[in-house]
Amino acid sequence: MQRPVNLLEFTLGSLWRRKYKHLALILVYALIVATLGSVLFLTTALKHEATVSLVDAPEIVVQRIVAGRHDLTPVSAAALIEKFPGVAAVTPRVWGYYYDSLIRANLTLIGLSGQHQHLDLLEGRLPEQATECAIGQGVAEAFGPGLGDLLVLENSAKQRAEYRITGLFRAESNLLTNDLVVMSDAAIRQFFSIADSLATDLAVRVRNPREIGTIAKKISYNLPRSRPITRDEIMHTYDTLFNWRSGMLLAVSVAALIAFCILAWDRATGLNAEEKREIGVLKAIGWETSDILGIKFWEGLVISVTAFLLGVIAAWLHVFVLGAPALTPLLKGWSVLFPEFRLTAVIDYYQLLVLAVLSIVPYLVCTLVPSWKAAVTDPEQILRGE
Amino acid sequence: MVRYRFFGVVLLALCIGLVAILMISSSANTTSVGFAEGKRRLVDTLGLTDLALCSEARYTRNPSQADLFSAFQDFPGSIEHFPTGSLILPGPVGFSGTLQIVPATGEDF
Repeated sequence: MQRPVNLLEFTLGSLWRRKYKHLALILVYALIVATLGSVLFLTTALKHEATVSLVDAPEIVVQRIVAGRHDLTPVSAAALIEKFPGVAAVTPRVWGYYYDSLIRANLTLIGLSGQHQHLDLLEGRLPEQATECAIGQGVAEAFGPGLGDLLVLENSAKQRAEYRITGLFRAESNLLTNDLVVMSDAAIRQFFSIADSLATDLAVRVRNPREIGTIAKKISYNLPRSRPITRDEIMHTYDTLFNWRSGMLLAVSVAALIAFCILAWDRATGLNAEEKREIGVLKAIGWETSDILGIKFWEGLVISVTAFLLGVIAAWLHVFVLGAPALTPLLKGWSVLFPEFRLTAVIDYYQLLVLAVLSIVPYLVCTLVPSWKAAVTDPEQILRGE
Repeated sequence: MVRYRFFGVVLLALCIGLVAILMISSSANTTSVGFAEGKRRLVDTLGLTDLALCSEARYTRNPSQADLFSAFQDFPGSIEHFPTGSLILPGPVGFSGTLQIVPATGEDF
């Protein structure tokens, strides 16, 4: 037991002699691990948010497609779909996007029909009349008004439309409601000039989740111009979106992986003259090849494990405490209303293990291979610099 | 043996940090259940289908509802110009992704 401890002590002494170089190496290494870790933590947390929140989304949303574009759906189609066995209810949804030239932001306007019970994440109440609305935090911050104030928008006829704010969605729901303006169905129809016979799409509720696929196929067969989108597809969309191998996350991950490869390549391509001389001296005074490999193993392990732990902790703090300020601008793009969100700190242990293996093992190998080559060479040859 | 002990203390502190974040993450997952219930009710009541993450383009605001060509805007040769469009890819093709020839039903749909 004493031998490995002695080798570790010797390794730490050797690292300490070139402390600035090794500290810089650990910092760069930790930064790369932190970048990869941040991407993994952010994507896992966003995926978790989507999975947890959207589990009660409509089982099927039916759109009408005309000339490859989303078109308004006849409400009469709801009656046809309702006749399919297994369908619990079909609700025509009226919603749309609104660009406000004053705040230069896009809002999402959603219509709501009927009476609804109080929502925990809503301060105030949902709109009940055509002159009322409930808004998200992003809209409130952009326009300035609060509960009881008026929200003034410009309708499709370019006329002023005023809505009394009866509800304000709480910050905890920002990831779902940040840019929302919820109005009554009648108010939305009037605002966008949509006829009563048309809707944006149809939300279909299905009694047995196992029948969703069959009902979607039936809808597609009976209404050839329709596009049924099932809840599984919505979930799959978010699973694909926030997969660390797709989109922006791939771009960031690849950059970090390339940086790591350069770091590992620098180690693998050989030792510098000082390191070689040190191995030569150790061999000349009687150290075995296994001892030299032992100290190099410890060296690699000390650097990679320290950098990994530092990187993972930094990534966690970056994503869950600071709100991922280095990554959110990529998601924000040109969005004026971007939600301020506190993500649930979810960690996928499998991904953490993969990150550990990917960052520690290649570095260890890259440290050991050139050292082994030097250690099996004649010490006289090394000291002569041949 | 001073360096060995010093490194041991540093490593122990980092390991405690790692265990702490794992424990916080585990407990945060449990305490967020209340909000999760509220969010599910919100989604159910409003019939929401997407996260309100990016609001610059309709196909990144509602990626699950976007049609397959929306990223190309007005004509097929038009290039993508919204930054998030290159980060948020189109949703996977589902039941609407197959070409079918079906008999007319007489419905205006």
